[in-house]
This record gives sequence, structure tokens and C-alpha cells, in this order.
Amino acid sequence: MNIDYSPEELAFRREVRDFLQAKLPPGTRRKVLDGLPLIKSDHVNWQKILYEQGWAAVNWPVEYGGTGWTPTQKYIWANECAMAGAPEVVPFGMKMVAPVIYTYGNQEQKHRFLPGILSSDHWWCQGYSEPNAGSDLASLTTSAVRDGDSYVVNGTKTWTTLGHYADWIFCLVRTGGPGVKNQEAISFLLIDMETPGITVSPIITLDGLHEVNEVHFDNVRVPLENRIGEEGRGWTYAKMLLTHERTGIARVAQSKKRLQTARELASNTSHGDGIEDDESLMRVPSFAQKVAAIEIELLALEFTELRTLSAVSTGQAPGPESSILKIKGTEVAQAIDELYVEIAGYYGLPFVKAQFGGEYEGPWVGPGAAANSAPRYFNNRKTSIYGGSNEIQKNIICKAVLGL
Amino acid sequence: MDFSVSEEQRMLRDSIAKFIQQNYDFHSRCELVGSETGFSAAHWQLFAELGWLSVPFREEDGGFGGSAVDLMLMMEAFGQGMVVEPILPSVVLSGGLIAAAGSEVQKRDMLGALMAGRLQLAFAFSEPQSRYNLANIKTRAELQGDSYVLSGQKSVVLNGGAADVLIVAARTSGGQLDDNGVSLLLVNADTDGLVRQDYATVDGHRASEITFDKVRLPATDLLGEAGGALPVIERTVDRVSLALCAEAVGAMEVAYRKTVEYTRTRKQFGVAIASFQALQHRMADMFIECEMARSIVIMAALQLDAHNGIAPRAVSAAKSRVGRAARLIGQEAVQLHGGIGVTEELDIGHIFKRLTTVQYMFGSTDHHTRRFASL
Ligand SMILES: Cc1cc2nc3c(=O)[nH]c(=O)nc-3n(C[C@H](O)[C@H](O)[C@H](O)COP(=O)(O)OP(=O)(O)OC[C@H]3O[C@@H](n4cnc5c(N)ncnc54)[C@H](O)[C@@H]3O)c2cc1C
Repeated sequence: MNIDYSPEELAFRREVRDFLQAKLPPGTRRKVLDGLPLIKSDHVNWQKILYEQGWAAVNWPVEYGGTGWTPTQKYIWANECAMAGAPEVVPFGMKMVAPVIYTYGNQEQKHRFLPGILSSDHWWCQGYSEPNAGSDLASLTTSAVRDGDSYVVNGTKTWTTLGHYADWIFCLVRTGGPGVKNQEAISFLLIDMETPGITVSPIITLDGLHEVNEVHFDNVRVPLENRIGEEGRGWTYAKMLLTHERTGIARVAQSKKRLQTARELASNTSHGDGIEDDESLMRVPSFAQKVAAIEIELLALEFTELRTLSAVSTGQAPGPESSILKIKGTEVAQAIDELYVEIAGYYGLPFVKAQFGGEYEGPWVGPGAAANSAPRYFNNRKTSIYGGSNEIQKNIICKAVLGL
Repeated sequence: MDFSVSEEQRMLRDSIAKFIQQNYDFHSRCELVGSETGFSAAHWQLFAELGWLSVPFREEDGGFGGSAVDLMLMMEAFGQGMVVEPILPSVVLSGGLIAAAGSEVQKRDMLGALMAGRLQLAFAFSEPQSRYNLANIKTRAELQGDSYVLSGQKSVVLNGGAADVLIVAARTSGGQLDDNGVSLLLVNADTDGLVRQDYATVDGHRASEITFDKVRLPATDLLGEAGGALPVIERTVDRVSLALCAEAVGAMEVAYRKTVEYTRTRKQFGVAIASFQALQHRMADMFIECEMARSIVIMAALQLDAHNGIAPRAVSAAKSRVGRAARLIGQEAVQLHGGIGVTEELDIGHIFKRLTTVQYMFGSTDHHTRRFASL
């Protein structure tokens, strides 16, 4: 066992650092480090810079434009991006639908869809959940009925993250009739958001922002050629990907950076019982212990992730261990979010939404990182709910690992 | 020993519950929160008519009695409705300061108008560096002839935007952290040299940043003794902390009840999600936390009414314990609701937000745990 980097890996890290230093737009970087909401152009501009560098699709096979990096290089990349304050990749195109397309799609589909994802010319969103199919996703009812050379899709998808930005949506739909077993009745469709019959309506989250949507399908005609793989196999495709596409799910690098920033912030925050700057919150033992406890948890999580990555690199498929990464990754990140609220003190209260936009010219209320601390904490409660809730992850562990 | 409520207390509680039922459904609350002033002047007038604004004050000051137990019962009832009218900052906090420190004339003039619903107040105490230390004050008021000249910055002044008069904690002597030298000044909101930036808070209330640049005030606008305000502030903030804790208990009760109700109706995997024992135990924990919080708030209210000197310790115990309960119940309520819990569309998320801010106002959970240990 060892965790040392080779000279090549160190050189790679240097290259990555130089690149981030030179290319990451300062405005976007500032927002990421202060925990402020990003807008579409922040994401797209950055992705395009990565595309030009050939680093947009970290995990894709080289033949489709991937980097061909080793797991260690990917790990270095994730860490350096987080430390530099680079935006996280919006996963729907790059990490979710692309692997389905290059694994199960036909040649035509690969040619048609992968380049637009790689270059970030097409924004994708994920249409899985429905109002009555959340944790029990397989009970989804959005239907796709064959009519000539197309499907006619009817139903409602919900919680569609950034669907209002999207050019395309990938959906799980029901193609089988009532008699067919759930797992054989679901198909995987790619749908152009411009198709007549689609309406997108906003859902406002607890941070007051428009991030998620309901997407309604009213007799939407989707060409048969937009179906991935076989009819009735969509569930299998979606599931296979769930267990394979788990890199970065623990978000260790982001949490490390966020914790480091929180510590800096606390060091510059008066604990109130001393004369200003020389008596910081970090000097309060109960607070310092809280920070230490989170850091310790994060270390255990990091090494759990490294063990998983290393198992994958030796050819083993990540199993239900990825549930540990999901549960602990979100718990640690949420604890850090809470730390920011605590550091902000009274300045966690003001909700000056206009400050988050680029054009705000009024006086800034409170220190920069305090402004979005509470809204971000509220919003990030989602992370233990989505992507298979933490309760569902524990059910998976009970069943698949403990044999219960 | 007797934990029963009196007939009068029961009527107070019931009348607030009835008001909430008739006027304060989720939709109406959202409209108030989004309105220009952030609360309803008509509701405020009604509160005055029904005597609710008089509850925290002694009979000799024209009030309803002023016991901490009454205050607790009232605030718990308001908490159940997530009421946004500024009872806490205007009446309990600022009114409390006037009742505790005001001259007979000040009390007669201001408390009368406050209880009649004609006056809005705010207490400007916290500063960017002060965190939860009430003595940490840089704002200064210099006596020049028969005026005070006030300069400094106050942060997150609750109800600052609606207040007709601000009570400002300022140093008339001493260093930034000294116990002595803190004075309270009454400042009209429209005085020259006062600049306010009003905003909404994350929990649907309102607050302001306020700066004072050489604001000139008659020396008679002092509330209480020059330099001796800190003990009054501490006592009053203790009462406010208790009131806030009681409000939180009301909100926690609603949060766990609504969660139970929701999980009984929400179906996944062909059954109500309430049928999963993993979730049942979590709701049992929410209930337990709520009852523990309720108990410690009653304890603190009784100690405040006993005037026996251990009230500060009791209040810190309550604030610390309620903070823990509010955290768990708020987070779990959202988690058990699933996605709908993190949206503005359902009341549960709004309750979660308030159950978050109560943990950090007037001393965080951590602050009060340390204060408890030190007293
Ligand atoms: C902000 C946000 C963004 C999202 N983005 C997307 C997106 O882009 N695309 C998309 O398709 N979906 C998205 N989702 C949907 C997300 O995947 C679902 O919210 C999630 O699957 C949970 O479903 P639900 O909200 O219906 O909760 P429910 O399934 O109703 O669950 C409610 C509670 O019951 C618990 N529970 C359910 N079943 C069990 C069980 N068997 N045992 C124990 N506990 C159980 C859950 O853990 C949860 O605590 C998003 C959600 C949110 C909140």
C-alpha cells in the first residue's frame, strides 16, 4: 500500500494547476469560492474552455473524446479543480446521458449526440422522477405509445434540474402495457425540448431560486430513432449506469475546499468576546472541535473513496459500497454547509437575493461568504434526498451487503 | 406542583389559535411575507385590540400581567402559525427594554402607544464584530452640551424597517468590551444622519443595516441610566430568548405533526411511506425532541417568574436544548418529505427555515451551552 504520486503524476498536477491558474475566469471562480449561485453562462463558458483543452470529458473513452486519464489523474484533476474554485460539471449531459449513449446507443446516435455534449453546445436535463414516482422510480407512468415511426409521449416529469436551460431531455418512459413487469416496460428516450407539446414550469427551491422544474408532455411525438437500445430495456440501462458512474459522488474534493475556506473564514470572524480581529471563532474550543470532527470524517470518507477507486482500477465493479460514498459524502457536505451558517452568525439572516446577480450595485450586506450561507444550507438538504435518498441507500446496503 | 394553565391562559391560547386558523393559512402567510411591509397592519391592530400586545407587560404599566409563562404560551401559539408580525422585536424586546429601564413618562408615552398598536419599535444592538456578546459595542454616543452625538453601525436590526423609534445600544464611556458604559438611546427613525438598508431575512421576516453618522439627539432621549444599561439588556434578551424558544416549540410541534400526516398519505412502493419502520423511528425522535424542548422551556419560564437569580442559566439551558431540537426536527421534517420539502411550495420548508434561524439569534446553541457552563 502507498499513496505517493509518481514523478509523472506530479508533473501532471503541475500542468493542471498552471492551466487552472491561466484559464479559469475570475468572476466564476469568485462565485464558486463564495458559494454563490452560478448562471448558465458560467457553466457553459468553462466547459468550452475545457473542451478546447481536450479535458471536457474526463471519464469518457478516448475514442469519443475522453481524456484517457488514469484513476489517479482523475483524482488529481478533481482535487485541483475544487481547490482552484472551478465550477463542478453539470452532470446530466456529460456524466449521465453520454455514457448511456456511448454504451448502449447505435452509431448514428453516437454521431448525432456525443459531439454536442462534448462541446457543451447542447444542454441536457434528466427526466426520471415523477410526482408519484420518486424513491420508487420504477412505478413511473409517463407513457410512450407507438404510432407509426414515432412514440407519442404523455405524462409529467418533475424535479427536472435546470430543465429551463435544456435543449434535450433524457427520459425513462413506460412503453409496456399494464401486464408487463415494471422492469421490462420501461424505455430510454431522448427528447428535443423544442418538440411541440412540452411545457416547462418552474419550481422554486428554499433558496428562492429557480433550479428545478416540472416538465409536462402532452402528445409529444418522438421519433423511434431517439430510443436508446431496445424497447423495454431502459430500466436496465439506467441501473447499470447508476452503479458504474459513481466517481466523484462523495464530492470529497469540493468538501475539502469548502472546509478549508470555512476555516479561513472562521479565522477572520470575531468570536465577540475579544477585541476584534485577534480573537477569532477558531479560538473557541467547541467550534474548533466541530471543525475538527468534520475534517476527520472527511479523511475517512476520502480513503473510503480511494479504496473504491482503486478496486475499480483493478477491474472490480464498484458495488453497493458506492452507497457509503453517497450517504457520507452528502452528510459531510451538509455539515460543512451548516458550519457556514454558524460562522455567519447574525449575518446568516439577511436574504438579499439581488446580491447574487452580477449587476447588483447596492451596498453588500454582511461579509461575502455569509450572504448565501443559509440559502445554500437550505437548498443542499436536497443532496440527501436526490440521487437515491440516503434512506434508499441504506436499504441497498441492507439488502445487497448485509443480506437482510 | 401544577403544570395546568389557568382559564385566562387557555383563552389567550385558544384565541390565537382561532386567529391563525381563520387568517393565517400557508397562502396568506406567503402573501404577507412577499408584501411591501412584510406583515399586516390590520393584523397588528387586531392584536392590539385583543390585548395580545399587552401580554408581556405588568399591570402597573398598563399591561396584562407580564409573566414569563403567559409570554411562553402566547409565543408558542404564534409559533404554530409561523406568524411574521414583529411581536418579538417590537413588543417583547424593545417594549421590554422600555418597561425595564424607562422613566414613568417614557413608559406612559411609549408603552401605551405600543400596546395600542400605534408604535413600532426596534432594538439596534448587534454590530458586525459583536457576534453574541451584548457588551461588544463600538457605536459611540458622545455627550456634547445637552445633546448626544451618535455614530456607529448596527447590523441585522430586526424590524428596523418598520420601526418609528429605534432603541440604540451605544457606548457613552468605556472600552469596546466593558460592562460599564453602555447606554440606551431613543432615536426617531427619520432623524438626520441615520441611514437604513432594509431587507428580508431568510425566514420571511425583516431586518435592516443601520448606520449613524453624527446623529444629534437631546440628552433627555436616554432610556435608563447613562452607562448602566448592560444588565437591563441582558435581562431583556433573556426574556426574548425564552419567547423565541417558545415560538420554536410551537413550530416544532407543527413540523412533526405535518410530517406524520404527510408520510401517512405519501405512497411509494405501493404503501404509505409511514409504514417504513426506518421512518417511524425518525418521527418518534422528532416527537421526543419536541417534548424535551417543551419541558425545558417551561422550566425556564418558571425560573424567570421566580426572580431568583438563576434565570439566566435556565434560559441558556433552554436556548441550547431548543436549538438542538429545532435542528433535528427541521432537518428531519424536510428529509422525510423528500423533494417537496426543499421547495417554497409547501409550508414545511418555511418552518425548517425558521427553525434554523432560531438557532442563531440571541446566541447560538453553542453560545448558550458555553454560557450555561460558565454561570
Ligand atoms: C433539488 C432536486 C433536484 C432534483 N433533480 C432531479 C432531476 O434533475 N431529474 C430527476 O429525474 N429527478 C430529480 N430529483 C428527484 C429526486 O431524485 C427525488 O426527489 C428522489 O428520488 C426522492 O423522491 P421523492 O422526492 O418523491 O421522495 P419520496 O420518495 O416520496 O420519499 C420521501 C421520504 O421517504 C423516504 N423513503 C421512501 N421510500 C423509502 C423506503 N423504502 N424506506 C425508507 N425510507 C423511504 C425517502 O428517503 C424520503 O425521506 C431532484 C430532487 C430535488 C429535491
